[in-house]
Amino acid sequence: MDLLRFATAGSVDDGKSTLIGRLLYDSKSIFTDQLEAVEATSRSRGDEYTNLALLTDGLRAEREQGITIDVAYRYFATPRRKFIIADTPGHIQYTRNMVTGASTANLALILVDARKGMVEQSRRHAFLCSLLRVPHMVLCVNKMDLVDYAQEVFESIADEFSCFAMKLEAPDLAVIPISALHGDNIVTRSANMPWYDGPSLLHHLEHVHIASDRNLVDVRFPVQFVIRPQSTSVTDYRGYAGQVASGVMKPGDEVMVLPSGFTTRIAGIDTADGPVDEAYPPMSVTVRLEDELDVSRGDLICRPHNQPTVAQDVEAMLCWMDESRPMTVGGKYAIKHTTRAARAVVRQLHYRLDVNSLHRDESADSLRLNEIGRVRLRTTVPLLADEYRRNRTTGGFIVIDETTNRTVGAGMIVEAA
Amino acid sequence: MSQPTYRVSHLDALEAESIFVMREVVAEFERPVLLFSGGKDSIVMLRLAEKAFAPARIPFPVMHVDTGHNFPEVLEFRDRRVAELGVQLVVASVPEALEAGLVRESPDGMRNRIQTPVLLDAVEKYRFDALFGGARRDEEKARAKERVFSFRDEFGQWDPKNQRPELWALYNGRVHAAESIRVFPLSNWTELDIWHYVARERVALPEIYFAHDREVVDRDGMLYAVNEHLPRRAGEESFVGRVRYRTVGDASCTAAVRSDADTIENVIAEVAATRITERGATRGDDKFSEAAMEDRKREGYF
Repeated sequence: MDLLRFATAGSVDDGKSTLIGRLLYDSKSIFTDQLEAVEATSRSRGDEYTNLALLTDGLRAEREQGITIDVAYRYFATPRRKFIIADTPGHIQYTRNMVTGASTANLALILVDARKGMVEQSRRHAFLCSLLRVPHMVLCVNKMDLVDYAQEVFESIADEFSCFAMKLEAPDLAVIPISALHGDNIVTRSANMPWYDGPSLLHHLEHVHIASDRNLVDVRFPVQFVIRPQSTSVTDYRGYAGQVASGVMKPGDEVMVLPSGFTTRIAGIDTADGPVDEAYPPMSVTVRLEDELDVSRGDLICRPHNQPTVAQDVEAMLCWMDESRPMTVGGKYAIKHTTRAARAVVRQLHYRLDVNSLHRDESADSLRLNEIGRVRLRTTVPLLADEYRRNRTTGGFIVIDETTNRTVGAGMIVEAA
Repeated sequence: MSQPTYRVSHLDALEAESIFVMREVVAEFERPVLLFSGGKDSIVMLRLAEKAFAPARIPFPVMHVDTGHNFPEVLEFRDRRVAELGVQLVVASVPEALEAGLVRESPDGMRNRIQTPVLLDAVEKYRFDALFGGARRDEEKARAKERVFSFRDEFGQWDPKNQRPELWALYNGRVHAAESIRVFPLSNWTELDIWHYVARERVALPEIYFAHDREVVDRDGMLYAVNEHLPRRAGEESFVGRVRYRTVGDASCTAAVRSDADTIENVIAEVAATRITERGATRGDDKFSEAAMEDRKREGYF
């Protein structure tokens, strides 16, 4: 059984909560006591039907206001796969949350209402998923029951969305007509839409090919921690602990340590269960090197002929996440990139992007909460960076306010020099 | 020759993520500590810590917030495990805090809520800046929204509306003096994942997790063990039932469930088929309101 992480975007009106509720219910992941609690709350609030949104809206404020504020994580499993859902609210004021949910997702599930077709929000969701390089996208055209399961309605929405997605370079798109309320095409194929010959949503989620989404070409191993046992039973052990970001590492491989640039060979790759013949993402391992080099947290192990850029000048798309203070040109921040900490100054804001129209405003001089722009940063120490489109681990970074310590921005490297 | 597939099972992926989280904490914090309750989640967390730093020892102490209401099997297990791993054990004692007047016994005798000041007092005393907890997001809906690195202010409080965004695997562990981070390496594990992992790793657990005969009383539909911490109330009839514990916490508010599952395999089959959440089935303390857990977490609870 493998693991698929997917993000859902949409508002209550799209039927997102109903859809998630149905996936959980049909996979027996909702428990009787949870359902009873939700039914009781729905009744006491005078809801006409059991409001499955109450299953996911866990915070007091969300229940009181009847809105989803934050990313909620949900879990279900079928015999084929374990699924982690990052359930994100869809309104523009929650772009921050959607970006967060999409950052770790293998797949994004976007809902549209068949009666309304594509709306501004659907375009924004698709854009954010492409910006975060979510490798797979599924468009669910929901509420097909309310348009008499009409093929023309579905196809016109599917065509419009596909055209838009093509412009975004969305790598893999599936479009599925569903009714979350009635269960059409959720777990099994619906008899109400004989014209649709694709898989049900759950079948697609269970079978979408994710193994090759990993980058197995570029060896990137950010060092997290140096393991040196202080004991009499294990002597002279020096291992570099970390999680393989990309590529396949084997004992005997010639490797280079950055930023120093020294080369050596891998002496062995250890885990607590014993040494392994190879390590690949997302394995957490401990690497031993043949030569004694000065290697510490924040360094990166790669192959001599396939290195990331060692750079202090970074071009990036930046999503701002702080409500109290906007990002300004000249502003100084702390950043965390892989296991490396640095400080950075914003040298330039090339443009601010309208996430609905994709219009670029080149006169902008700041980014406020939920705004996205293209920036140029200068860092105090070199980053060991790849383009985000090639490597989500060595291409992404977070921006931290040095006074409040809050995470205020998420960056995706476009170019490093 | 066939093409290598580089497959990673869901348990391998979860394990790798948890180990990554633990290593981040040790690399970035001065004084981490692992909160150990003797429950299966904290036992699995301890196993992950062992694996994360091998062949070195676990580089942080283990803290038990002891309510004084213990299952003897669990205390015995705790001491054995700590000795095997060679880690330091810190006990934050609720009975001592009661004696010192730091906290007062609640009228119902449950010590769940009064653990919080005792925990926070120990955090202050030992100046812990990162606390590993075994909470999982599938347990409860407030937990479903909590970060892996969850910020606590100088009063140990959680502010659910003011959480740091958490992107990729880039955890922000920056804190000012006296603030701390609660770290939940098992965030993405489910109850069933824990049991599959226990089976795969042959992780030892206290015997009370498996079916056994025990004298219990039925109180509001929950089966509580009769012991010194939980005397029978007037009119209550005790009986010997075949039970096991799905969660292990304070002995005065953790209930058992009827079960014949006496091996790991049988427990997995039972958990896979059950239709009630583990907290719903076993915790008197979560039944008070829809937001009981959120309210306790705001105060600084686990």
